[in-house]
Amino acid sequence: MMFLAFLAQTIRISIPYLFASAGGVLSERSGLIALGLEGYMLTGAFCAAIGSYFGHNPWFGVLAGMAGGASFALLYALCSIRYKADQVVVGVAINLLAIGATRFFLKLLFHSSANSPRVPGFSVAETGSGIRALAHNPLIWLGALSIPAVAWVLYRTPFGLRVRAVGEHPGAALSVGVPVARVQWLAVAISGAIAGLGGAYLTLDQHQFSDQMTAGRGFIALAAIIFGRWDPPRIALACLLFAAAETFQIRLQGVAFVPAQFVEMIPYVLTIVALAGVVGRAVPPAALGKTNE
Amino acid sequence: MSASPTSAPAAAPLGARRARLRAQLEEAVLPPIVALLIAALVGDILILTYGQSPGAVYRLLFEGTWGNAYGLGQVLYKATTLTFTGLSVAIGLRAGLFNIGAESQLAAGGFVAAVVGTLLPPGIPALVVLPLFLLAAAVGGGVVGGAAGVLKSRWGAHEVITTIMLNFIVLALLNYLTVAHFKVFDTLHTAEIRSGALPRLSAVIPAFHGSAANVVILLALIAVAIAWWYLFRSRAGYELRAAGLQPQAAEYGGVHVPGVWWRAMLISGAVAGIGGLNFVLGYKHYYEDGFSTGAGFLGIAVALVGRNNPVGVVLAALLFGTLSQGGLAVNALVPKQMVEVLQAVVIIAVATSVPEVRRLLRGARRSPDA
Repeated sequence: MMFLAFLAQTIRISIPYLFASAGGVLSERSGLIALGLEGYMLTGAFCAAIGSYFGHNPWFGVLAGMAGGASFALLYALCSIRYKADQVVVGVAINLLAIGATRFFLKLLFHSSANSPRVPGFSVAETGSGIRALAHNPLIWLGALSIPAVAWVLYRTPFGLRVRAVGEHPGAALSVGVPVARVQWLAVAISGAIAGLGGAYLTLDQHQFSDQMTAGRGFIALAAIIFGRWDPPRIALACLLFAAAETFQIRLQGVAFVPAQFVEMIPYVLTIVALAGVVGRAVPPAALGKTNE
Repeated sequence: MSASPTSAPAAAPLGARRARLRAQLEEAVLPPIVALLIAALVGDILILTYGQSPGAVYRLLFEGTWGNAYGLGQVLYKATTLTFTGLSVAIGLRAGLFNIGAESQLAAGGFVAAVVGTLLPPGIPALVVLPLFLLAAAVGGGVVGGAAGVLKSRWGAHEVITTIMLNFIVLALLNYLTVAHFKVFDTLHTAEIRSGALPRLSAVIPAFHGSAANVVILLALIAVAIAWWYLFRSRAGYELRAAGLQPQAAEYGGVHVPGVWWRAMLISGAVAGIGGLNFVLGYKHYYEDGFSTGAGFLGIAVALVGRNNPVGVVLAALLFGTLSQGGLAVNALVPKQMVEVLQAVVIIAVATSVPEVRRLLRGARRSPDA
């Protein structure tokens, strides 16, 4: 029982990480740094609230969340692929834009600076360990499938091969006729839509949007991508590991033999350790971040 | 190729130099102007969706910032912090490094300075302990920045990722230290420093009464001058810029590039850390959890709009300080969050128009000869 409850909570926490890092790895493997994941998620979460509230159906929220995440990703693609702006600068700005825009429209549409009204969602009342409640939420299943789906696309389809070629050596890809920019546009747009689903999951699980509700989850997903060495199966494990650490900390609140802040640090410390190559070096795609050359 | 249009040989260097200067000026000034126009357009749309008149909102924004002494004081206060974080990011970028960690470096500098301040005996003149506070804040920020620098030069870990990760790590650590060890009961801030508080500008110019502007603004201007001298007049700064422009060529020319990297990150972090004094010595006289929120990321915007030039950084800091304060001024008509959108739009528009403007200018210059 204890174990099942722990497992259920770990899965719940890991779903947004799985969505966001599944999207992020597609973008990164095509050579575009996924710094804007946090922004895609936040926009996705907000648009999901709009869709579900005005459409009276959580599935409208799902669609709107994907559209919201994709639209911010397209803005990123426009600036960094078409206009060759610096990816890091635009990525940081996308996150700031998402915070500001969701706050502005929260005020405009719902007259609140804190949260949206209650919207139709997927979660049902929890009983027992909470495993059964999880199974009723279709986004849990989609989230669990997101990483295998992206892995299949990356390693088993022509599009995935092109994405990897473009991310490693765009010049070589171009010389054999791969439309580099088009592949990147598509990879980034899909990454935004999938990350937007991660945000939609949060909104539809909590039945409302609240200001800055993604709370850095996009960056944890980015950490999982790097700690997972840009390889989907390892990224999924990283997401589960980070989620398990968080669950551990929530369950031990009050017992407090380790302060919560130190548990919070785990994903970030592990990422730095992975990048520094203390145990096997994490090597990014060769052309990552270089669209402006 | 053969029949090139000739100009007098003696006049060529001067004419060429003037043309180059003009080109540089155009490249520096056009993108921010384009960006402001785009931001104004987006602002108009947002204001109209809220059912207000853009003219009235912009007038209120101006009146609430540069239109009265209190507003101006608030702008100067915000611009002071942004000058430090902007300089911090600009120094990193000159070395070819992207410091996204100014947010936590600023916080760490403020925290260390505040803790040092609580340990001092009361009643020491501010000028006597100022060097100690400068050192404490520089160490606080420098350790965080330097850590990212060493991770890069020693292990090749990319500074963009490590500084982002360090932001979360350091802010969580400071939160823990504040909450568990240093806070005053029932608050999220440390005890007040016992010596070293610096006067506000209102002590000299009474019209500033109530605004947070304080004499740390002078420290910011001194930092700008030192940064300019360091970057453009010192040997170390020359090596730093060489490593930033073309690391392989610099290495070939005898510059130890990994050494430049960690030193640049150390300095970058220290400058951001000293920015913490604006809050700790000049405004509240204690460290408060979350005081740095946003200032680090806006530092990136400031460095970008200021084109990594110390003087440009000051102007850009004033622009973003004005926008931040302006949001509060217009809040009665439109939500102040509009300004957060506009700040992001300015960043995106500048980042996007810099390469585009450069390309367009090159094309325009080439076409008469072609």
